[in-house]
Amino acid sequence: MELTILLFLFGGLFLGWSLGANDAANVFGTAVGTRMVNFRTAAIICSVFVILGAVISGSGTTETIGKLGAINALPGAFACCVAAGFAVYLMTKFGLPVSTTQAIVGAIIGWNLFTGSQTDTGTLITILATWIICPILAGVIAIGIFLVVKKIISKSRIHILRLDAYTRLALLLAGAFGAYSLGANNIANVMGVFVNVSPFTDINIANLFLFTSIQQLFLLGGIAIAVGVFTYSKKVMFTVGNDLLKLSPLSAFVIVLSHSIVLFLFASQGISNFLISLNLPALPLVPVSSSQAIVGGVIGIGLLKGGKEVKWSVAGKISIGWVVLPLLTMGIAMLILYILKYMFDLSVVF
Amino acid sequence: MVEIKANKMFNLKSSKLSLFGSTKNLEKDIDEFVNILSEVGLSFKSIVKRYLSHSTDDNFEAMLEKITEMESRADTITKQIEHALYEETLIPDARSDVLRLLEHLDELIGMYQGNCYHFSIQRPDFPEEFHSDLISLTETVVDCVESLCLTVRSFFRDVSSVRDNAHKVTYHEKESDIKFSSLARRVFSSNLELDQKMHLRYFVEKIDRISDQAEDIADELIIYSIKRSV
Repeated sequence: MELTILLFLFGGLFLGWSLGANDAANVFGTAVGTRMVNFRTAAIICSVFVILGAVISGSGTTETIGKLGAINALPGAFACCVAAGFAVYLMTKFGLPVSTTQAIVGAIIGWNLFTGSQTDTGTLITILATWIICPILAGVIAIGIFLVVKKIISKSRIHILRLDAYTRLALLLAGAFGAYSLGANNIANVMGVFVNVSPFTDINIANLFLFTSIQQLFLLGGIAIAVGVFTYSKKVMFTVGNDLLKLSPLSAFVIVLSHSIVLFLFASQGISNFLISLNLPALPLVPVSSSQAIVGGVIGIGLLKGGKEVKWSVAGKISIGWVVLPLLTMGIAMLILYILKYMFDLSVVF
Repeated sequence: MVEIKANKMFNLKSSKLSLFGSTKNLEKDIDEFVNILSEVGLSFKSIVKRYLSHSTDDNFEAMLEKITEMESRADTITKQIEHALYEETLIPDARSDVLRLLEHLDELIGMYQGNCYHFSIQRPDFPEEFHSDLISLTETVVDCVESLCLTVRSFFRDVSSVRDNAHKVTYHEKESDIKFSSLARRVFSSNLELDQKMHLRYFVEKIDRISDQAEDIADELIIYSIKRSV
């Protein structure tokens, strides 16, 4: 592989690192923040399952990202990833739980505008709609699960210590599921723009196992996410959840599970095919924001408890971040593209 | 090797590869602690009756010895629970509440024991006319603590019934206050010497204080249960 290709891929790896530091923290943040699971355990499980999700089920949402803007030159993909990664880093610095999904969408639109390529409006509307549907759906699912769990607990008269042990196990399982869903749903953000320009070739092992170039790309992205989890997510994990609403370990489990279900719904080709086979409208396979799903879940639980405990000012600040981030990323992407094109004389589009 | 790694990963310190092994032991410890509190109360009731009928005979001393053993066992259990909760980072959201609760329950056991020792050392002279009132007060105080034991058990297993059980504690505490006032009045309106009146009042008050402490703990439990409610 050429050195320049590796250099450009670093853009994606940087974004992967941001995703690991920020979005992956959503998966285990509540569990680690409430001290039900230690950070090391969370980081190991999160990393393994993010990589599995990315490699096994990551292709569905990648197609949607590809439709939004078919970035066909490595420098262009590099600019988008660096812009998205940098914007996410900036917002994280300000303590706003943003998402790489919104960042990469902003960056791709920036590339489209800069290169004069057309933005697929239908795809853009679908993606924007999921940004509204995703937190609402997560909130509704969280309320449903919470009510069921509450009923089961009050009927079973379970000892506080045994409930603690069950909650711990449930948090680990929901976290593993959440990490898998995150990998499947969000790998498109990290590596989606490189799919058309993948420097890898398919590896066929004795005609038994085919490791495609895209899967290799996703494995690399998954590893970058894992590095982000280990190096920078600890601080974020301890702040996630506690800012918006003080969470009990059980609420934490409900929120992680609802978040994981939402991410899985928007990433699963199987569920999509199943709905189509029943002549039902399929959910679009779109990379949704894990932060939005978590915030939706937290607010759902908060509303169920009367809404008084939810810090609405924080919720408002987070929502503003969701609007600002794509625009900010778009601007940064266009600036980087300008620098690459006019200062380094690189082609950002073919 | 694999077992040790798995235990470390899942925050378990027990030698068995079981997520719930240490939890079950702790549950047993907590149940045993509450049983001790209840048994100490019943022994206290017998000890007061024994003292009033036979003063501090060998049987009385044997009963006192038994209460001391139970108090010591309760201390050991409290320490075991405390270590387990901290070392294995169990129930992080309710840990401090549970430890404070056990501490206060332990104080209650200590109050029973202290009362018995005071009977043994000071040997108050209760005239027969006050015996039935003192026994009645003691029984109410023990009933109050019995209701507290129920409240504690419900805090651990059925948080929704904490308030109902705590209400029973309050009821018995009020009863005990009434009985204390009545007995104290009778003591001070009797023909006894003032020093004896003061001495008897000290014992009556000390017994009544057990139910006050039980009510305070029940109030705490209501707050803990609100925090614990899902």
